[in-house]
This record gives sequence, C-alpha cells and structure tokens, in this order.
Amino acid sequence: MRKALKFAFFRTIPIFCGYLFLGMAFGLLLQQAGFGPFWAFISSLFIYAGSMQFVLVSFIGGGLGVISIIIMTLSINCRHIFYGISFIERFKSMGKKYLYMIFSLTDETYSLLCSSETLPGVDEDKYLFSIALLDHCYWIFGSVLGAVLGEIIPFDTTGVDFAMTALFAVIFTEQWLSFKTHIPAVTGIICGTVCLIIFGADKFILPAMISSVCVLMIMKNIIKERGEFENDK
Amino acid sequence: MTNNPFFIIIIVAIFTFITRAVPFAIFGGKKEVPAYITYLGKALPPAVMSILIVYCLKNVDITSGSRGIPEFISIAVVIILHRWKRSNLLSIGTGTILYMVLIQNVFV
Repeated sequence: MRKALKFAFFRTIPIFCGYLFLGMAFGLLLQQAGFGPFWAFISSLFIYAGSMQFVLVSFIGGGLGVISIIIMTLSINCRHIFYGISFIERFKSMGKKYLYMIFSLTDETYSLLCSSETLPGVDEDKYLFSIALLDHCYWIFGSVLGAVLGEIIPFDTTGVDFAMTALFAVIFTEQWLSFKTHIPAVTGIICGTVCLIIFGADKFILPAMISSVCVLMIMKNIIKERGEFENDK
Repeated sequence: MTNNPFFIIIIVAIFTFITRAVPFAIFGGKKEVPAYITYLGKALPPAVMSILIVYCLKNVDITSGSRGIPEFISIAVVIILHRWKRSNLLSIGTGTILYMVLIQNVFV
C-alpha cells in the first residue's frame, strides 16, 4: 500500500493544487454564510463534489424546498453518470473498495483514472484506490483550511463568493472550446434568462432546467447532425 | 422549505452519490445504455453550466446600484483569461480578486 500511495501522490500533485485552492474558496464561502470548519468538513467528507458544494452554500441559506434541492442536485451532477460507465467492470473487480470508488469519482479523479498507466511492482487496485483517497483528502483539507482561515483572519471577504461564478465561467469556457455545437450552451443561457425574468430569482431554476431538457430533446437531431460533441483533440 | 443544514447536506450527499452509482446499478448487468441517456449526458452539461451562471447572477439588479457592471467585467476577464492560458487557478483567482477589488473599492 505504501508504494501505491507514493506513486499516487506524485500522480495527484496537480489535483492537490487545484483542490486546495477550490476547497479553500468553498470553505471560506461556507464560513461567510455562517457555517464554520465543522460544516466544511462534513460537506466535503459526505458530498465531495465541487460545483455542487458551491451551490450547497446557497441551499443552506434556506428558502428552497426539498424537491428543488433534489432536482438541482441531480441536474448539476448528471454528468457523473457518464463517468461511471467507463469503469463498471473495473470497479466491480475491486472488492471492498467498490463503493468508495463509485462515491469518489469526481471529474478530476475520473481524468486521472482514465489516463492511469500500470506500474511495475505496484498493485493496480491499491494504486487507483490511493489516487481516489488522496484526492478526497486534499478536498477535505482545503475546505476545512478555508473555513478556519475565514475565522481567524479578519479581512474583508466581501465578494469572495464570486469564486463560484468564476468556477462556472471556467467550466463553461472549457465546454465551449471543446464542443463543436454551441446549441446546448446557448439553450441554457436563453432558458435560464427567460425563466429568471418570468419566474423571478427564487423560482426560476426548476423551469430553466426542465425547459432546457425539452429544447435539447426537440433539437436532438439537429445537434447530433452537427457532429459529435467533442472536438477531436 | 427546509432550513436544517445537516438535513440539506445529507440530501445533497445521497443524491450526488445516486448520480455516481446509477451506471453501476442500472447498466452493470451488461444492458445497453439507452441512446437518449447517452445523448442527454453529453448535451445537458453545457446547458446546466449556463443556467448555473445565470443562477449566480440572479440577484444582480441592472436597473440600480452598480448595475451588474462589476459582475460582467469580471466574468469577461475570467473567460478571456481562460481562453488564453487555460489555467483554472489563474482564471478563477484573478477573476475573484478583481471582483473583490471592484466591489470593495470602485463600485462602493
């Protein structure tokens, strides 16, 4: 296990930097909303999903019904379904680690697992498990650190919540650059904006998600005709 | 309405896990993944991300106050910087600091 952990550590250094930074932004944000390190710890331990946890901060502020929370959670995380498909057989052969591997399949861990090579003399199951476990630890560490810093350093954090907007803008740009068709992205902008105007700030998200799914289903053939989604890299 | 933070975290945790477990539970038995699921899984994420950006801006009032100018400047900087350098940390860090400076010092 030690050897696997060592190799996994070197492999996960880029994720360490990313998770430390994003985790801290999440912890700080949560702390600003009135929920300190303990809450950052249990959120990151049990949920462990970046964008989702940023949105969680706004849930914790109250005002949303359970059904809205569930639908938003499912919509934001729907991409996860496609990560799992690549690993159905692989994870099943991992015995006791199976459930944890499913739980910890974040975007970043997925990208590492996809590109992980077999190392001579290292148990591959332990290596993959170590990657997943280390990434999870970095995320928890970053978010707790952010919440602690928010409590002990009294600086003006007004506007730090923009980190969430910036994160989404970055993912948006990545998707924009890698997709051949921009119909899905534009559909989201139009449905989101129109529903915001019609339903108001507190109630627009559900109609926006549902109308987007409908538009995408109606335009399925047009979108598919424009070729596969991702550009060949 | 629910305001119990512990309850909210558990709900989000359970349903996040479900999205990760779905392929293992449903398609684990070598069943074919339905075509519309595969399609939505690829086409939906950009739409969801756009909606989330609108969600972040839902309280911006373009008729009064700073009129959303700091938000739109910062988002533009994030997108341009990201197109140019493709570095998550640089784009998010610069955008957030710029926004904080703008609303704390410029658009007070």
